[in-house]
Amino acid sequence: MIAPFWVSERTDGGFFEKGVESKDIMQNIRILTAGDSSLLIEFGNEISPEINRRIAAIVKLLREQHIEGVVDVIPAFCSLLVNYDPRVIRYEKMKKRMESMLRVDIKVGEGKRKIFEIPVLYGGEYGPDLGNIAEHAGMSEEEVVKIHSSQDYLIYMLGFLPGFCYLGGLDERIHTPRLANPRLKIRAGSVGIGGSQTGIYPLDSPGGWQLMGMTPVKTYDPEREVPILVEAGNYIRFVPVDEAEYRRIQAQVEDGSYQCVIHEEV
Amino acid sequence: MGIRILKAGMMTTVQDLGRTGYQSQGFSVAGVMDVRSFKIANLLLDNPENEAVLEFALIGPTLEFTAGTLIAITGGDFQPTINGEPAPMYTAIDIHKGDVLKFGSARTGSRGYIAFSSYLKVPVVMGSRCTNMKSSIGGFKGRKLQDGDYIGFRIKRRYLPFFLSRTLELDEFNQDHVTLRVVLGPQDERFSKQGIETFLNSEYTVTSDFDRMGCRLEGPFIARKEASDMISDGIAFGSIQVPSHGKPIILLSDRQTTGGYPKIATVASVDIPWLVQRKTDHKVRFKAISVEDAQKLYLKELEELNQMRKKIHQPCKEVLECRQVSRRIRRLFP
Repeated sequence: MIAPFWVSERTDGGFFEKGVESKDIMQNIRILTAGDSSLLIEFGNEISPEINRRIAAIVKLLREQHIEGVVDVIPAFCSLLVNYDPRVIRYEKMKKRMESMLRVDIKVGEGKRKIFEIPVLYGGEYGPDLGNIAEHAGMSEEEVVKIHSSQDYLIYMLGFLPGFCYLGGLDERIHTPRLANPRLKIRAGSVGIGGSQTGIYPLDSPGGWQLMGMTPVKTYDPEREVPILVEAGNYIRFVPVDEAEYRRIQAQVEDGSYQCVIHEEV
Repeated sequence: MGIRILKAGMMTTVQDLGRTGYQSQGFSVAGVMDVRSFKIANLLLDNPENEAVLEFALIGPTLEFTAGTLIAITGGDFQPTINGEPAPMYTAIDIHKGDVLKFGSARTGSRGYIAFSSYLKVPVVMGSRCTNMKSSIGGFKGRKLQDGDYIGFRIKRRYLPFFLSRTLELDEFNQDHVTLRVVLGPQDERFSKQGIETFLNSEYTVTSDFDRMGCRLEGPFIARKEASDMISDGIAFGSIQVPSHGKPIILLSDRQTTGGYPKIATVASVDIPWLVQRKTDHKVRFKAISVEDAQKLYLKELEELNQMRKKIHQPCKEVLECRQVSRRIRRLFP
């Protein structure tokens, strides 16, 4: 069996487990040391939307409660690394604070889902591999686009590149192996499929994903007040647009007037 | 008013303590590798603790100053000279317009730092002036310095009291062997008992695969328990990951935010400077300590830095004596 991608530092080519039934999440939580300035909260060892929602809720709580000394957090699939300054708060106290925070009964899953619309111009020169994907799936390009844009993808975590989202939930029918020869440069905004994953390239980067389209929206812009729009726990919805719409949005993005469409749904 | 980079050296970048707060969005922290040398350099000039400096590695840069200022050089010994004359390290140095500061290759240590009392004029991007080369942001145009670059100063030359007192003892990086204290975890239990023993009782060699992202070590194989899949999690500064080849890799300033290899331990913050100042073929060993002890060491170092700050804020003894003598002489000739 090919190892899933999270076993190595490869960022694509793996698969997501589908909706693992999670038991009592609290039962599996452990707090581990990660040096003198970080601790790792482990929420079991599986990838599931429930665990992910739990982690997103804790991150939100951490931001709201603003524990003094917490410098940065890194939410991942099923863990949360909390970096803190031992000058301000020591290990034992930090651990206790986290424990009590974890005991708080968070209404997991009752909050609204925040969905970001990402307009995509599929195919043609914008998505040179859409034909490959269709051929591999044994369907038309239109069907691939329809499948790809007909569901919301949970952002499990961000990593690898600034703003790069690990999205869950790509329809099995359009899973496509990566290119045999990776491209040396993939343009920022490219939308593609790599194995069981789909995603957006936040900046120019080499890569082996099958490119199916392009978004004019900058998911990452260091010049913007909020450089990265999304966070773990949010959802992404791909919306097909034609070239005229693409150009119109692109112009808005350029002059800074574009506002990303965000839905709040239960 | 600033510095012109006549020769950029191997890897010279603008750095501070890093861009924190964005790791949840995939942003590497970057920032200085040797936090101690960085802090001492700024401290010598009464700079804010997180003021941006130049960090360089292996072969240092050559700079020309287009305005007078004060600087401090710390870290490894890159044999600095000013206009051809040896320049002191761990000392506040008076710089005049037109002076040329030149570094050679590292005699001891492998990373050097220059702090400027006129502050480097580079924009603050997402709360930091540090260079993140992978994302091409921060520092000077998001990249390492090149020959001919020019970086301005933010303020004019400023007065520093007790100028003659501003000298501290040098940190020596000439040891061939260092022992790095580590806190075991977070995934130490994925390693066999024997694997942990190997890790703690063997000597590892620094390979040439050593940059701002991490340091790859060569040495005895560290055995894991039966293979079990690990799901990527967040990485701390100084995390020691052990991929299936069984050799440790210590993750440093430009590390990715997350990774999928088990991490056997994390280097104590106070010992990371002694690691990053190693060179290829140097030896390191690991010693496990508790997280409480690692934090005590961290606080002790902060206290040591405080003492340094006090020391350079006292009148220089020689000057005092000199004044007393002159006062007595003056009394002799009313």
